Amino acid sequence: MSTTASALHSEHEHHPYGWRRWLFSTNHKDIGTLYLLFALTMFFLGGLSAMAIRAELLYPGLQMLDPDLYNNILTNHALIMIFGAVMPAGAGIANWMIPLMIGAPDMALPRLNNLSFWILPAAAMMLVLSFIVPFFPGGGTQVNTGWTLYPPLSVQVGMSMDFLIFAIHLLGISSVLASINIIVTILNMRAPGMTMFKMPIFCWAWFVTAFLLILVVPIIAGGVTMLLFDRHFGTSFFNAAGGGDPVLFQHLFWFFGHPEVYILILPAIGALAQVIPAFSRKPLFGYKSTVGSMLVIATLGMVVWAHHQYTIGMSLGTVSYFMIGTILISIPVGLIIFNFIATMWRGAMTFETPMLFATAMVLLFSFGGLTGVMLAVIPADVQYHDSMFVVAHFHYVLIPGAIYGLFAAVFYWLPKWTGHMYDEKLAKIFFWVNMISFNITFFPQHFLGLAGMPRRIIDYNVIFAEFNFLSSVAGLIYGFSHLLFLYIIIKAIRGGQQAKNKVWEGATGLEWELPSPPPFHSWETAPKIK
Amino acid sequence: MSQHNDTPSSHYFVPEPSPWPFIAMFAMFALLAGTALIINDIGFGNVLVTLGALLLTYMLYGWFRDVVGENLSGQYNHQVDRSFRQGMYWFIASEVFFFASFFGALYYIRNIAVPWLGGAGYLGTSALLYSQFTGDWPTAGPGDLGGDLTPMGAWGIPALNTMLLLSSGATLTWAHWGLKLNNQKTLVRGLIATITLGLLFVGFQAYEYQHAFAELNLTLASGVYGSTFYILTGFHGMHVTLGAIMLIAILGRSMKGHFSPRNHFAFEAVAWYWHFVDVVWLGLFIFVYMV
Repeated sequence: MSTTASALHSEHEHHPYGWRRWLFSTNHKDIGTLYLLFALTMFFLGGLSAMAIRAELLYPGLQMLDPDLYNNILTNHALIMIFGAVMPAGAGIANWMIPLMIGAPDMALPRLNNLSFWILPAAAMMLVLSFIVPFFPGGGTQVNTGWTLYPPLSVQVGMSMDFLIFAIHLLGISSVLASINIIVTILNMRAPGMTMFKMPIFCWAWFVTAFLLILVVPIIAGGVTMLLFDRHFGTSFFNAAGGGDPVLFQHLFWFFGHPEVYILILPAIGALAQVIPAFSRKPLFGYKSTVGSMLVIATLGMVVWAHHQYTIGMSLGTVSYFMIGTILISIPVGLIIFNFIATMWRGAMTFETPMLFATAMVLLFSFGGLTGVMLAVIPADVQYHDSMFVVAHFHYVLIPGAIYGLFAAVFYWLPKWTGHMYDEKLAKIFFWVNMISFNITFFPQHFLGLAGMPRRIIDYNVIFAEFNFLSSVAGLIYGFSHLLFLYIIIKAIRGGQQAKNKVWEGATGLEWELPSPPPFHSWETAPKIK
Repeated sequence: MSQHNDTPSSHYFVPEPSPWPFIAMFAMFALLAGTALIINDIGFGNVLVTLGALLLTYMLYGWFRDVVGENLSGQYNHQVDRSFRQGMYWFIASEVFFFASFFGALYYIRNIAVPWLGGAGYLGTSALLYSQFTGDWPTAGPGDLGGDLTPMGAWGIPALNTMLLLSSGATLTWAHWGLKLNNQKTLVRGLIATITLGLLFVGFQAYEYQHAFAELNLTLASGVYGSTFYILTGFHGMHVTLGAIMLIAILGRSMKGHFSPRNHFAFEAVAWYWHFVDVVWLGLFIFVYMV
């Protein structure tokens, strides 16, 4: 690939200054930064709630929370982490990188892009309100349903549930608008010669993710709308006495909720497909099969939702279908993992921090996938469901999967974003502390679950005390390790060794042909792709 | 990127910083937080909703004014136009899926939930509960919530509304035809006819609701039949109203001569939207009223 030199001119850089630059932005890099800072804030808020959960579970019996508050924190932990941290972080990286990677001057619809971002703080305020409203006089009961919001419990919760429902509406609008923008940008803004199959996998991953979002987010919006009507306007969608069915909500929720898992994981997989070839100094093994696998994952992921509901009384044929479909997904996922390993095979590998996180993701995400296959098997799931085994499973999928993928992406592109190299030594320490404490936190939870400890309950039998203690202590270390992450980021923003255009020796792609940090307006003249 | 001379991406229009998205945040927050307070009978919700609605209107007006101005001053090239078009496709696609959740709920309730309550299947519940319940449609459920109801027939106002909405699709195409031939008169007349038909539709729908509440005892609380009936027709009616407002804006712009045979994305976007609510109505007419 070669570029026209005019795209690199930064001397005629005119960008708005002061608060207007950030609040009224139409620049994909600034909006990407806003997304990332928002996600980081929510990540710490969600982490704080996780710390409260683990601190409460340090010993059996009630320590510092009451059961309702525990459930409230639990619900908020999930919603903040999924909708506030992981999704906006993915969207932030997409904003920053997609236009740079495909040679576009900006996102296709820059003002809409800023709207997608600014809806998030409004949604976050609604989420926080749903948490604190019960503490005001007349504020009603606390949200104690978990993020799944199953009726009839969610119909009975006080007014904080209404704030939660509206927060979900806002988050949904934000995601759909951002997805529209990403799809249009990828379809319409590629530089001449950048065909779909020359596009970096990260862009493909977001392309697939954006379609998933457009297809499933409106379904949950409809579902929580019906919930709102059942709560306040006397309808009977989820009320058997009126002919409705609470299980209907579960179907609507999981029709969204299962693809949501892939919405969280696909951008991380896309980031890995950039990082692993760069540090193996080889092109990605199986580009087209990786793209194809992502498409198959998205398609299958849309039609297997009821594996979250094996115990609701569906017919044997129905549950068998959902089991087989679910297990089938391990084939494309396995193919992607195979491609990653084949990329590393006989590569000149080095292990800078992005590669450390990428390798950990390949290993630990596969492990989380394997427990997922266990949970997909109906007779096994009837035993495991609603136990700590499930908690261990999805934290193994979401932390080393989604979050390690995001960490890999952040460390990979941080020098590009800030113009400074991060502190590699500290970052490696962060990786090892984080990875080891993560495993000590969540691995014992498999055993707890198999031994019968239920999830989402504030207290537990004393026979579970040792493993819970271990999990809590490691969990607190794991939580605090992120302060180091914060420090590394702040340090890199404030200064450090100047980053070269091409930060990593083995990296390929258009983004490395721009200076670090890239000028405010990049690729105003499209690069030519051979 | 087929024609290099036509759309070099170096000329892709990237707008200057804009206050509207930031203002939208406050508008949406006030609107929804206010609604949450109102439905819980907390006084100052009204104030918040009013403020939010005013701010939202102001935001939409300002945002669209900017976009129209940029378009009229010729800053949008072919590629920008294509971005708008593709954006609108996928926006309508997301709306389709929003309605799909309600249609899916109707399907599930009629084909799975209600028969199940009526004893169908090997896990049918009526053997243990509700032994009198037969699971016929329409139903207010085993608890007969809301009392005896008369279901809404298909061949009165709903059939008339179907005709109105289908004809409005035709008049809109007539207007588009006029626009393409640069015939301002046909364009304006076609739009006025479409808006009239659309508003008539909304009027008849309101009358039908009033009739249902007053004479058929069919309300939101009439079990699951009432629930699905009102949520589907209600959200559709809301979309028709929204579409009609959009058409009125397009009518105003048409009279000002904003559109040319080659440059009229806004007209087409609203037309697509209108045809979309039209098709949703056909689904409603079949699955809510007829079957």
